[in-house]
Amino acid sequence: MENAIPPRRTRGVEAEDSPVGRFQRPAEGTWTEHHPELGTGLVSFEDSISPAFHELEREAIFKRAWLNVGRMEQLPRNGSYFTKDLPGLRTSIIVSRDQEGGVRAFHNVCRHRGNRLLWEGTPRGESCGNARQFVCKYHGWRYGLDGACTYVHQASEFFDLRKDELRLAPLHCETWAGFVFVNLAREPRQTLREYLGPMVGALGGYPFHEMTERYSFRAENNSNWKVFSDAFQEYYHVPPLHTHQLGPTQEAQNPEYEFEGAHYQLDGPHRMVTTSGTHKHHWPAEHLYPSEALTRSGSTGPWDAPDLGSTLPGVNPSRISRWGIDNFQVFPNLEILIYERGWYVTYRYWPTSHNTHVFEADLHFVPARNTRERLAHEYAAITFKEYGLQDCGTLDGTQMGLEQGAFCEFPLNDQEILVRHFHKTVGDWVDAYAREQTAASAR
Amino acid sequence: MSDALLPPEFAELEPWAATWCLATEPERWAQRMRSPMAELRAFYDAFFPRAEEAIAHCDRLPLEDMPPEAERLLQLLHSLLLVSYAVEVWKQPEVIRCGSARIDRVLEPRP
Repeated sequence: MENAIPPRRTRGVEAEDSPVGRFQRPAEGTWTEHHPELGTGLVSFEDSISPAFHELEREAIFKRAWLNVGRMEQLPRNGSYFTKDLPGLRTSIIVSRDQEGGVRAFHNVCRHRGNRLLWEGTPRGESCGNARQFVCKYHGWRYGLDGACTYVHQASEFFDLRKDELRLAPLHCETWAGFVFVNLAREPRQTLREYLGPMVGALGGYPFHEMTERYSFRAENNSNWKVFSDAFQEYYHVPPLHTHQLGPTQEAQNPEYEFEGAHYQLDGPHRMVTTSGTHKHHWPAEHLYPSEALTRSGSTGPWDAPDLGSTLPGVNPSRISRWGIDNFQVFPNLEILIYERGWYVTYRYWPTSHNTHVFEADLHFVPARNTRERLAHEYAAITFKEYGLQDCGTLDGTQMGLEQGAFCEFPLNDQEILVRHFHKTVGDWVDAYAREQTAASAR
Repeated sequence: MSDALLPPEFAELEPWAATWCLATEPERWAQRMRSPMAELRAFYDAFFPRAEEAIAHCDRLPLEDMPPEAERLLQLLHSLLLVSYAVEVWKQPEVIRCGSARIDRVLEPRP
């Protein structure tokens, strides 16, 4: 049956019994009611329009949670380093691999007079490469890859300077499955592994390290980071907003067709959804765009998957048929999308004010071996941007609509369970922080 | 033709080469956005029927070490795919419903 487009659903008894779907829901009847703590009532998005809430979020979430800043492929050798701006946190960091292979992170700030240490082009420009030491451009102080100060220019001119105690300011830095995370807290409450929990942790054996070919994108969007992230936590919006994405014909644009959230899972602050859909590589040509057929690629990626072996740990946890995408939302701001065709995408959202954020996206493929594979990757990367621009454009409008104040609370359906969970989690973290601040000031 | 940019089998595409043999996506995107729709369609109509042949031509050569004419043909294929969205999907250079949004590709594999 996979080589035919499923017929349009007609209204009837069967359709009313299960309005969207072929997949089993939990015993409670809905995913949302399976998690009673979420409730089913209207949800406030005040958290996405309030400047005061944005300030709290930075302290309560972004300065406490583990934040993904890159991949181990960016540190190929001992002595490799890269810098990373953390938008909205007024922080630039250096991530390095020292001579023993250990991964470390430091504030990108010279111990002497606070100059930004490493940059290219302008002090806002990021830098990467291989080094034996880091040299400050201002007064020439030097640091080893372990952060220890190794040279002070005209050291005898200083007063009581104890060079052996001078270091770059370190950050907590841990890695998991090749993802590099930092934590800005003085003492993180959990190790990275504890923080990620069993659901995300189960992906640890996925062959991310084989997908070293990377396309990176960056956007500055006029919406709250959560408003943007919300769009990628549900597939309810896909048929109406991205109608063209489904295909050139009416039959292909059947809203039941390409994306269906078939399985939802929550684990602590993290959440995931698995989609199911007819795979485009089985579609008849008349329902494809000519360039999809030419490149054998498109919105769900290259049709010809690389050989990754027979077992892929952690993916498709509910073993649904016609698995499409696993979409893991790692709290607070990382999304990992694993595609059935053997490639993956990461998104990161960095709030820069209550109604702006920086969006970073990376597409990762097993490296192309020839022109045909290169063009399949290229077409997938082009497709990502075309439809991503529709999201960026539309969500500017969502932000404006929320700020207008016409409505204070909003209905969310069962397919939007992850949106509900996300805003609740953000609220819980901010409330916990506020309670601690109150308790501390009462002492 | 000593100043040909493309392999001789693709000589009929030379008129498009100077405009569309671009090495990076930001250059190709800018070119799409400043081109009238009639020009995008003309480029697409001229090249798409020969695209499979062009892919087969480049596919016989190592990706990392292509002769310059073949590498330019590969660049032209990259441009064709970007232009295909304007022609096949949106029927205009810009993405439908993207407002003033912009997404920059800041890193990509070469060639």
